[in-house]
Amino acid sequence: MVSRSIKSLLVLAFSVFLLSAPVVAQHTEEAAPAAHAEASAFDPAKLIMEHIMDAHEFHFFSLGEKHISLPLPVILYSPQRGLSVFSYGKFHHGHEVYEGYKSEEGHIVPVNAAGEHDASITVYDFSLTRNVVQMLIALTILVVLMVGVANKYKKNGAKVAPSGFQNAVEPVITFVRDEVGKPNLGHAYEKYMPYLLTVFFFILINNLLGLIPGSANVTGNIAFTIVLGVISFLVILFSTNKHFWAHIFNPPVPGFVKPILVPVEFLGIFTKPFALIVRLFANMVAGHIVITCFVMLIFIFGAMSKVAGWGFAPVSLAFTIFIYLIEILVAFIQAFIFTNLTAVFIGQSREGAHDEAHH
Amino acid sequence: MELLLPGLGLLFWTLIAFLAVFFILKAFAWQPILSSLKERETGIADAIASADKVKAEMAALKNENETLMAQAREERAQMIKEAKDTADRMVAEAKDKAKSEYDRILADAQQAITQQKNAALTDVKNQVGALVIEVAEKVLSRELANKTEQENYIKSLADTVKLN
Repeated sequence: MVSRSIKSLLVLAFSVFLLSAPVVAQHTEEAAPAAHAEASAFDPAKLIMEHIMDAHEFHFFSLGEKHISLPLPVILYSPQRGLSVFSYGKFHHGHEVYEGYKSEEGHIVPVNAAGEHDASITVYDFSLTRNVVQMLIALTILVVLMVGVANKYKKNGAKVAPSGFQNAVEPVITFVRDEVGKPNLGHAYEKYMPYLLTVFFFILINNLLGLIPGSANVTGNIAFTIVLGVISFLVILFSTNKHFWAHIFNPPVPGFVKPILVPVEFLGIFTKPFALIVRLFANMVAGHIVITCFVMLIFIFGAMSKVAGWGFAPVSLAFTIFIYLIEILVAFIQAFIFTNLTAVFIGQSREGAHDEAHH
Repeated sequence: MELLLPGLGLLFWTLIAFLAVFFILKAFAWQPILSSLKERETGIADAIASADKVKAEMAALKNENETLMAQAREERAQMIKEAKDTADRMVAEAKDKAKSEYDRILADAQQAITQQKNAALTDVKNQVGALVIEVAEKVLSRELANKTEQENYIKSLADTVKLN
């Protein structure tokens, strides 16, 4: 009982430490985006960034000055002003001020009566951005599909051969169970299967939906991967045992090595989830950047001369299709790697218990 | 740089969404799917195990049948042999019995013949004795006249004796 509450305390302390760092950083960096006000004809870097970043609208295309987009709900909470909920469309693409807020380069900032940025007001942005909306759509699809499959199992019983979508899902589930859960977690795998399966399919469906042209890059957003990484971190910490902590704070090495090894081992606790976070984020962002880059190449050449643009189009298209197919593979691989590494880390944190159970 | 800054809204909604999806799927999807898969796998394993068991039982049964058959065959051969022996023995016994009966009958017959022959001889002897006595009586009573008469007389007496 006591060890359990100590464990909970440790988990809380570490997770606050891990979470607070990036959020603090966000506040300090907020002053930067003024310099980006150049109005050049074609800026591929800006376009690519727009493509992979979060936004308050689904932007489909622009005809001259007319933007065809689907504005999404904005939900703001400010300790001074209270809660405001309205559509992003009220800003008219950043040209107007609404309820004391305006949109600056896609960021909603509080303004004073003169229409200037008011730094004295703190605002927490809980808007349903396109990443959020797309994630919710993806998860609705996931839940409907999986519950449907589960109902089929319930209806048909265990003796009937799977059919339809059940057939597609079953090998994936058994793969996660037999290749990820069982080898890494041993006898305790059943306890972790719901978590591992949820992580796997959560990442997979968001990866796949993110590949649809025009959709948001959900898994390539650091906020998304941070949440998954922190949850994995919590699961890993809650799975730890005495053996694990003893190994970190009192490693079995000669006394004079301990001052070096203890900090290294201690940092190791945090590098594991950090690696998970960055790996998924970087892989998905890189894939999206590469694909958009190949498409952009057409327009970069087109800006030089029309002939070059048209001439390069087939080459660019071929590369894009190639990378696209790789990205579909990557969508599965990254979901697998995240799940597998989480299982490996959980397995490591339980290692002693596993041994004790055997002897 | 902005790419590396997590948005508070997305953090919040992702957390809510993940937890919601986790608990929904855990209750309504993973539990039934995993338990069904497990049930099916144990069912298949049981079926294979019982099939193996049945196979082993069948093999044992077959073995048993074969030994039974061999035993039966052996028994049959034994029985045939015994029957043949019995038959042979019976024939031999019958033969022996017949022969002994024949011998006995023969012996009886010979004995009877000897008896009757002896009886007949005794009778002849008795009759001859009687005759001799009768003749001697008559001879003695007539021992008078001459010698020739005497001899004739004996002769006539001898003639009357009919030796049958």
